[in-house]
Amino acid sequence: MSDSIDIINALALLTNFVILPGLSYGSQLALGALAVTLVYSILRFSNFAQGDSMAFGTMLVIFLSGYMISQGWTISGVPTALLAIPIAIIGMSIYLLLMDRLVYKHYRGIKIKQSIVGITASIGVMFITGGIVRFFLGASAQRFGDGERFIFSVREFKAFTGLQQGIALKTSQFLTITLAILLVAFLFYFLQKTKTGKAMRAYSDNKELALLSGIDPDRVVRITWLLVALLTTIAGTLYGLDKGFAPQQYHLLLLPIFASVIVGGIGSPIGAIAGAFLVAFSEILLTYAYKKFLIYLLPLSMHPSSLVQLIGTEYKYAISFVILIIVLLIKPTGLFKGKVIVDE
Amino acid sequence: MAYLEGNNLVASYGVVPILHECSVQVEKGELAVIVGPNGAGKSTVMRVLLGMLEATSGSVTLDGKDISMLSTQDRITHGLAFVPQTKNVFPSMTVEENLQMGGFIRKDDISKTIEEVYELFPILYEKRKQLAEELSGGQRQQVAFGRAMMTKPSVMLLDEPTAGVSPIVMDEIFSNILDVRNAGMAVLMVEQNAQQALNIADKGFVLVSGRNEHTGTGKELINDREVRKKFLGG
Repeated sequence: MSDSIDIINALALLTNFVILPGLSYGSQLALGALAVTLVYSILRFSNFAQGDSMAFGTMLVIFLSGYMISQGWTISGVPTALLAIPIAIIGMSIYLLLMDRLVYKHYRGIKIKQSIVGITASIGVMFITGGIVRFFLGASAQRFGDGERFIFSVREFKAFTGLQQGIALKTSQFLTITLAILLVAFLFYFLQKTKTGKAMRAYSDNKELALLSGIDPDRVVRITWLLVALLTTIAGTLYGLDKGFAPQQYHLLLLPIFASVIVGGIGSPIGAIAGAFLVAFSEILLTYAYKKFLIYLLPLSMHPSSLVQLIGTEYKYAISFVILIIVLLIKPTGLFKGKVIVDE
Repeated sequence: MAYLEGNNLVASYGVVPILHECSVQVEKGELAVIVGPNGAGKSTVMRVLLGMLEATSGSVTLDGKDISMLSTQDRITHGLAFVPQTKNVFPSMTVEENLQMGGFIRKDDISKTIEEVYELFPILYEKRKQLAEELSGGQRQQVAFGRAMMTKPSVMLLDEPTAGVSPIVMDEIFSNILDVRNAGMAVLMVEQNAQQALNIADKGFVLVSGRNEHTGTGKELINDREVRKKFLGG
């Protein structure tokens, strides 16, 4: 280990262990948070089933990609899961529309506080969905990624740049960031420019006036669930490719996702994305061990002997809670002013 | 027979009776005003005409055709338009998007109608890219009128268009309403500011406890001694 100050290697280290993981984790949270935001804006409740729905979508991808691999329907280098996503989205849409028909629709028809009733109903759906996933796939963790694991590995990077500290770009990270950008661009285009997207915003803005303008509420709700299925399946699959699949892990994802939505401002799509990256980077920056980073930057006499980790990784879910509490105390409307839904 | 007619309307909220055989009529190119004390059932008449509340008896006719059985959306396709008292725009959408949403059910090209709205309310053209929530009260009311006009309606129903605005804005809104009437529409509005409304109205209905108490031209009602004493403050 060198004893001089080495900024470039320090930055390479940070890129490899903080920036790339933060960007991909943030993208995964952002997609989940956008799904929660959509449901909140249109159906007017916080969807507690989001984490488990992501597990359900990932389960579909795991089964489909397993079948495709057994049939030899693969493209070399590409994770088969990626090819399975489109079909899984259709399955997820059917499941969500079925849940809407069986559960949520009933409560929409009753003149009671949608925000409370919707949350309670979605907690029920959360348990059902989680149960289904565990029934078919078990509760243990598993990996389902195949194909090339790296776009470029640490060794390739070192050989190319001659740096002591390498950077690796995992296929899952590359896919996550690329797909998230495409999906967010599509979603914003859809909501801002298309007639259907505008009708959804109008419905979210002023339900009564939307009805007076001839907007069909059932259609708005259906399209919302289709978009949620799209976001949920892709977010879940990308998270699983990156970190492996475990039902409990997905269930707990609800915390950072809700934190993202609230930090950003409930009901604001841009806020959901900003909140997601804020939460993701807070988690990673606070649980990263800075020892090696500081060794690169500090003279020998000041080298730390401990790990220089601010919080143990086992406490990472507490970080979401702390962020939530701080935001709710200081700026309850979130970074971007969200909407407060008042029950009629 | 008048262009839009509500004949002998009886309606109630649950078990509470609101309207007792109440009738209103309005012709094309005419401005009719419904005035009366609080709780007289003024807004309820609107809701019944629009099909948002079902009448227990009585009928609603448009151009001689009975539309009592149609849903609100169908009545809007047939030419009725409604500007609610509050929450009458889409606040987080731009002025232009508000107008587009007004024409949502139309299958043909709506750009010409949008231009017509801009001609009627030039300020909206300047502010077309701004969010409705950023506009002043009077401008927002223009957006609300514009949105309702996007279906090219023959009848415009307005629920207390001047509630809670300053006298200057009130004059502005009344002049907008006269523009809409002069464009050939039948305009029926409910108003709290009875004196000012009857001043510009072609026809007025004074409603008390869900019944027609007085009916006449705006001038007649203002000059009617009893109406003045009871409803216009002497």
